[in-house]
Amino acid sequence: MTEAATSAHPASPAGGGGDVLMEVRDLVKHFPIRQGLFQRQVGAVRAVDGISFDVLRGETLGLVGESGCGKSTTARLLLRLMDPTSGSVKFEGEEIAHIKGERLKTLRRGMQMIFQDPYSSLNPRKTVGTIISEPFVIHGLAKGEGERKRTVQDLMDRVGLNPEHYNRYPHEFSGGQRQRIGVARALALKPKVIVADEPVSALDVSIQAQILNLLRELQRELGITLIFIAHDLSVVRHMCDRIAVMYLGRVVELATNEQLYSHPRMPYTGALMSAVPVPQPRLAASKKRQILAGDVPSPANPPPACRFHTRCWKAQEICRQEDPALVEKEGGNIAACHFPLTDAEVLERVPTARNA
Amino acid sequence: MAAPLLEVTDLRVHFETEDGLVKAVDGISYSVDRGQTLGIVGESGSGKSVSSLTVMGLTRARNAHISGSVKFDGRDLLGASDEDLREVRGNDIAMIFQDPLSSLHPFYKVGKQIVEAIQSHRDVSKAQAYDRAVEMLGLVGIPEPRRRADSYPHEFSGGMRQRAMIAMALANDPKLLIADEPTTALDVTVQAQILELIERLQSEFDTAVVVITHDLGVVAEMADDIAVMYGGRIVEQGRADTIFNAPEHPYTWGLLSSIPRMDAPRGEELVPIPGRPPSLIHLPGGCSFHPRCPYVRDAHRRVEPVLDPVGGDPSHKVACLLDSATRRKLWQELQAGIRPEDARQDVIEEGAA
Repeated sequence: MTEAATSAHPASPAGGGGDVLMEVRDLVKHFPIRQGLFQRQVGAVRAVDGISFDVLRGETLGLVGESGCGKSTTARLLLRLMDPTSGSVKFEGEEIAHIKGERLKTLRRGMQMIFQDPYSSLNPRKTVGTIISEPFVIHGLAKGEGERKRTVQDLMDRVGLNPEHYNRYPHEFSGGQRQRIGVARALALKPKVIVADEPVSALDVSIQAQILNLLRELQRELGITLIFIAHDLSVVRHMCDRIAVMYLGRVVELATNEQLYSHPRMPYTGALMSAVPVPQPRLAASKKRQILAGDVPSPANPPPACRFHTRCWKAQEICRQEDPALVEKEGGNIAACHFPLTDAEVLERVPTARNA
Repeated sequence: MAAPLLEVTDLRVHFETEDGLVKAVDGISYSVDRGQTLGIVGESGSGKSVSSLTVMGLTRARNAHISGSVKFDGRDLLGASDEDLREVRGNDIAMIFQDPLSSLHPFYKVGKQIVEAIQSHRDVSKAQAYDRAVEMLGLVGIPEPRRRADSYPHEFSGGMRQRAMIAMALANDPKLLIADEPTTALDVTVQAQILELIERLQSEFDTAVVVITHDLGVVAEMADDIAVMYGGRIVEQGRADTIFNAPEHPYTWGLLSSIPRMDAPRGEELVPIPGRPPSLIHLPGGCSFHPRCPYVRDAHRRVEPVLDPVGGDPSHKVACLLDSATRRKLWQELQAGIRPEDARQDVIEEGAA
């Protein structure tokens, strides 16, 4: 990473003003690549490479990007399921990047996660009741047997599961219902923030909507902060208040929902939106699909300067020389780009921008 | 008018299992012309994949009961011998699958695998076949094709593997390409590349394409005609524009309103389809969609709907017991943002009478 990249980050990313729940600054996670007899480190996969943003209380923050962009690693760093290589994560003003032991355990009460795969994230040998009450046991909040059961059944009812199914096993439930079990488990300790990592991508279309509605409803009622990770831009638009677009371990654009979907500024964001197939044959026929050349480069060896320059149709010499800072562009989007998209370019490629 | 390239009539594929008879495909008919694209849409367990695997003769098993007819280019495929089928497969009809990693052999170099696909159908020398393999890899946009032909599948990225599989599928200039969830495992920008590639190759070689997917966006971009499958049957069929803009089956409405859309103002809530897809062993009686249908009437639990043409448009067929006028009114209400449970009961009552 260059010096310029570390020092250049906006003090308080888009949204300002709001009540900040989490503050992420220059967060880095490198996974060492080891080789040879002595397992010497020969390089590093730069999964997350210096990102900064705020999470506001009560909002839904979206993290989008393609596979390998570091969005899931970011989620795990935020919840401290992984130790960062460097950087800072503050939760309600308290530095949590390196805390350990009892303090970490207490912290985790306030943060929960919903996983992508409702099949592998539930222990097949435990009943639903046991799975959902586990957080109480782990955190020593196990009241009497009877009271715990009542609490769990309330939770099941809350997420749309039949409380009488308390003693059933995960395999007796469908994919959508299992995801509801995951949601109930995440809600058990009344967390302040929930990270949902691709919570609906493994589900059928008609079931996805049920889970998305449930998440929004719970968030509205309980005032939970939601960090929503997804690759599907239409789902992200539906769910999120603010969105951070990631590419190769960096945040390349950060904007409010309206800003991002009506005028993306970073050409990568534009290409992502242009690539989303629109369920409307008339629009699909009229749009000029923005095709990106090639694949995402390896995060073990990212391109220098602007990491997107190898695939960007607007790239010029400066993009190969200088890392663009993440700064405010026209319309209020914060983007890291030397040549942000103009409104005309957006409209030509992203027909849906007109509706945002 | 010439006969369609592929004509499937009243196809049924039932499997005997320990749990009971699975009616995976239960009487579906469709046809595809040269150069045209048919999209088959449905959720998991709707029978969409089994129907096309059967066209390729890939569901022949001792416990499978297959009936109906599949005619391809004048030939009967259902009755064809295994040997004749092998002749057609990979030559006149090619298939690409969702997961390229499991469709490419991990032990052989990519070029060699394409050579094998060519040589099993063409009487050409190894060198000629190799040149053709390299040409195909170049055609699907693999950089430095001659060098990459010498790579193993694991050395390719997901998008490149998918391209390699397409290169292999198209190496023998097939007349029909069956693509089963061709882009589901890929990132959106790579998906866009692959869709563009299939479209380009299709227009160059006049290939007919059957694309099977759960993604309504993908069919909207690719298909000329669409068949919506539910519980092993086609419940609605028509031109793509009709299916998206004037659909008449409540299941199609459900699918369209349960996806968040980028082409409409951001809505507060999605309208999911209640319940979940049915088991193909115990399919609900009457209209199989009735347990999830917001407009269900008593008769719908007993009477089975038939896939009938809608008045005024012979290409548009719907299997629904509500009458067409009622369906149109209900679709308009949905468009106006009225939720199904608030739909005007009088409209339904009058229609069901």
